Amino acid sequence: MTAMGEDDLLARVRDLIAVFDPTADPLHFLRARFDAGLAWVHFPVGLGGLDLPRTMQSVVDSELGAAGVPDNNPRRIGIGLGMAAPTILTHGTDEQRRRWLRALWTGDEVWCQLFSEPGAGSDLAALGTRAVRDGDGWVVNGQKVWTSMAHEARWGILVTRTDPDVPKHQGMTYFALDMTSPGVEVRPLRQITGEAEFNEVFLTDVHVPDSDRLGDVGNGWRVAQTTLMNERVAIGGGTAPREAGVISAVAAAWRDRPELRSASKHDELMRLWVHAEAMRLMTMRLRQQLAAGVPGPEGSAAKLAFAHLNQEVSGFELELLGAEGLRYDTWSTGSWTTERPVVVDFLGRSAGYRYLRAKGNSIEGGTSEILHNIVAERVLGLPGDIRVDKDVPWKDLPR
Amino acid sequence: MTDLLYTDVEEHLRSSVRDLISKRSTSAEALKRAETDEPYDPALWQALAGLGVAGLAIDEPLGGAGASWREVAVVAEELGRSVAPTPFLGSAVVATAAAQAAGDTDLLARMASGEIIVTLAASLAGTPHAAGAAGLALTGTTLTGSVTNVIDAITADVLLVPVRDGDAVSLVAVAAADTHRSDVASLDLTRPVSDLAFDNAPVTIVAEGDAAQRAITNAWLVGSAILASEQLGLAQQCLDMTVDYVKSRYQFGRPIGSFQALKHRLADVWVSVTHARAVARYAVACVTDGDADATVSVSLAQAYCSPMAVTAAEECVQLHGGIGFTWEHPAHLYLKRAKADSLLFGTAATHRARLGGLVGLPPQ
Repeated sequence: MTAMGEDDLLARVRDLIAVFDPTADPLHFLRARFDAGLAWVHFPVGLGGLDLPRTMQSVVDSELGAAGVPDNNPRRIGIGLGMAAPTILTHGTDEQRRRWLRALWTGDEVWCQLFSEPGAGSDLAALGTRAVRDGDGWVVNGQKVWTSMAHEARWGILVTRTDPDVPKHQGMTYFALDMTSPGVEVRPLRQITGEAEFNEVFLTDVHVPDSDRLGDVGNGWRVAQTTLMNERVAIGGGTAPREAGVISAVAAAWRDRPELRSASKHDELMRLWVHAEAMRLMTMRLRQQLAAGVPGPEGSAAKLAFAHLNQEVSGFELELLGAEGLRYDTWSTGSWTTERPVVVDFLGRSAGYRYLRAKGNSIEGGTSEILHNIVAERVLGLPGDIRVDKDVPWKDLPR
Repeated sequence: MTDLLYTDVEEHLRSSVRDLISKRSTSAEALKRAETDEPYDPALWQALAGLGVAGLAIDEPLGGAGASWREVAVVAEELGRSVAPTPFLGSAVVATAAAQAAGDTDLLARMASGEIIVTLAASLAGTPHAAGAAGLALTGTTLTGSVTNVIDAITADVLLVPVRDGDAVSLVAVAAADTHRSDVASLDLTRPVSDLAFDNAPVTIVAEGDAAQRAITNAWLVGSAILASEQLGLAQQCLDMTVDYVKSRYQFGRPIGSFQALKHRLADVWVSVTHARAVARYAVACVTDGDADATVSVSLAQAYCSPMAVTAAEECVQLHGGIGFTWEHPAHLYLKRAKADSLLFGTAATHRARLGGLVGLPPQ
């Protein structure tokens, strides 16, 4: 097809809005949107897209937003949209793409990520969940951890060890796992905040058909790289206003409650305010670079700075509040009772929650220590660490 | 949206200045000059003036290059990178900003042509409202008294002197020939300070009253913004030098840059330089556009960039180990400049306090 212009695209969006029935299940509308190629316009025709540049998505989104039609609640299905979908598109067969992408995008089927293990965190390539050939499929045994949404997920993207006799990066194979299969057990993992955003997933003699394999046998690490590269690609459209984020809670407390103020706290408050504003401008500059077609490595700086700042600001907030900081009120129950939040909301919660949840920011999605290595090696060009495990068969690694 | 990137014109200017400096001014030469009677390099300044740097921000009808503070900031980055001893900050930035606000076209035209170098005869470590507050008396058109810790006075032909008498403030011009100057041993070897004394020195009145205060305030505003870019360039150079060093220095049979204890510290410097670039670009863009956020942006820039540059220079010294502590290695020139810069136009703590008032977060 010839490239579609903005007017043609808008006409297509309006045709879709015209058939919207507010009394029907929102899923009907979302499926119609997918079938019209208006789900993610940069995807291929027939798979929810129109082969258009990614930038034209905003035309669709703003028109649909103005019309007030239902969306697919992207925060709930972030792992599917951000990680599973690009992986399926890149490494899946035509049949796999057709089978999974539509229900993934509409939110009909939630996806989770089965990567980390108790013995494979920063060193993900050391993972040991075994998949063994069994007739027309595979039998999987092992344990995964830090799995958001596993309790709601229909599918999981799973990396397994299929050949223990070769060095760790070579013997892995990537699958889509049907979470309803016998032998899949999901247990909530209670975390530092008292609640359970994440899960442990135990896999015991789980049968996976070979048709659910993504990419070649032994090529799992390369497929996983596609997933991980997409983890941090998505930076939202607009620039956040000044004093957005956790600094807003502290600034509000300072403004509303003069009795909390002191000279030394003021200097600390302003030091943190300066860092928050510097980070905002840095992110704004990064977006300008992306828009100008010259992406920089500043994304790594943003992740490091975000984690550090959140921890410093939320720690200061408790000190500012004084005795009140001794109370930890969770969002609905007024206790440490386990909850299952779907999304992390820093601002709708107590200062104590912010302080504790921020501790995860320097661990999840790549620890700050690993990110420091990445900056040092890939940005500054410093020599890599001496790798003692590079040429050793996975089964012989000390653990 | 405020443009935080560099334009093609700015990048072109950067490479011209960098090219010129790399040919004419090495840190070894700056070091050699530092302990002579001529710490500034007049040939370097003339060559920079040939590129239009002396009158970069001065309007074209007056003989300047008609550029904006954004371009001036890019030159400041490059001069910070090289700690080149030039009167750029004093003359092409601070005195230019004061003369522009005062509308002194005669002075600006002579600066643009390279005929004269001008500096503001006040300690830039103070506030714009303290400038000229003590030790000076203006009687008719003669000036008597003294000012201490003035930057770029060594090469200045004309001194712009703020003088305060109670609430009345004036800005007057005095010829260097009518000034007694004593150069002092300065913390910053590549931007030394001097003490000045006037004994019935004849003056020309440049501005009086509110106009004089506006000129002084503008000098501080623009100076703070441009200094942030100098601090950015200095920090980037400290980072680059240190990265090169730890790649080539071997201990324990491997480059020391392969040790995580060092890598992580350098990654932290890179992260803060990355922030500083956005902050410094924002400040010069706001000052150039006369943005309502200009005063916030320059205090933010100074509150962030001053400690950032000091840390980058301190890490440079430490990660160079023994050689970084020698007089022979240029690391100390950067440390001295960074620390001295952190005192100009107010310390980071001063700017944090000011920001509190500006953004509705009062101290009490």
